[in-house]
Amino acid sequence: MTPPTPAQKRRSARRPVRPLSVVGELLVTSGLIVLLFLGWQTGLNNVVVANQQAGAAAQQSQRLSKQAAKKAPAAASAGNVPVLAEPADYEAFAVIYVPRLGADWKRTIRQTVDTTKVLNSYDAGVGHYKGTQMPGQIGNFAVAGHDSGWGNTFIDVSKLRLGDKIYVQTADGWYTYAFRNFQFVQPDQTGVIDAVPMASGAIPAERLMTITTCNPPFHAGERLIAYNTFSSFSAETPAEIVPHITANGA
Amino acid sequence: MYATLWRLLPGPLFVRILLLLALIAGVLATLALWVFPFVDSLLGPQEGTVGP
Repeated sequence: MTPPTPAQKRRSARRPVRPLSVVGELLVTSGLIVLLFLGWQTGLNNVVVANQQAGAAAQQSQRLSKQAAKKAPAAASAGNVPVLAEPADYEAFAVIYVPRLGADWKRTIRQTVDTTKVLNSYDAGVGHYKGTQMPGQIGNFAVAGHDSGWGNTFIDVSKLRLGDKIYVQTADGWYTYAFRNFQFVQPDQTGVIDAVPMASGAIPAERLMTITTCNPPFHAGERLIAYNTFSSFSAETPAEIVPHITANGA
Repeated sequence: MYATLWRLLPGPLFVRILLLLALIAGVLATLALWVFPFVDSLLGPQEGTVGP
């Protein structure tokens, strides 16, 4: 047997494509794409989105600080708590810091809980339920964010401990809330964002903040609710949050 | 299918390899930037919101 000449090699390489091998290659390819999708959904996309959301929140935080510096600080001096008017839909009006979720964890809060425009957005991640109270207002300041997927916004909310601080920065200053308790509910139990949670129509006397997110991670069967009580307002940046403002990147 | 693709690529071996890598990078970018976000939006709500 003599080795095949280059011409013979070329001829054998040009043999007709068999339909069955095309089917096989397509099947292998689609399997690979499904695996890639899972990797994208549970890994890559979360890292990318989380970084972008934290970076956008850092910029928003600086803008709010500049706006706050221009405002007269007299409003807070008398011990009263300033309350923003409810903003237009999709407007970014606040930045939330939760030190328990990580040293560099910060997110912009936008009006409404729209999935694509707010929760999945590369420059937000946390949405304010339209019609619920604003930061510092008597009643319930209710926000939502993903648990897993699209930046894993609130994936670690279940790690909150009693008294953990949550800081909400607006153009007026800094509202500090303290974590109080969890509740696990069905997705249709909207009572958790009532002014008095689970007591529709009751007249509120407390300043609450409610975080809603999915439970368990990577499923959407239930909702995890974290209730927080208002502890203070300050026109100045609270000292304990200063390192979190400068921390960036994941 | 892939054998045909490889045959259609012009040039010497290292040019073909470079072209192939560029094609793969293009396919991956298209998947990550457009196809996967679209498929994800079809997979039903993964939202953290409460609502009726």
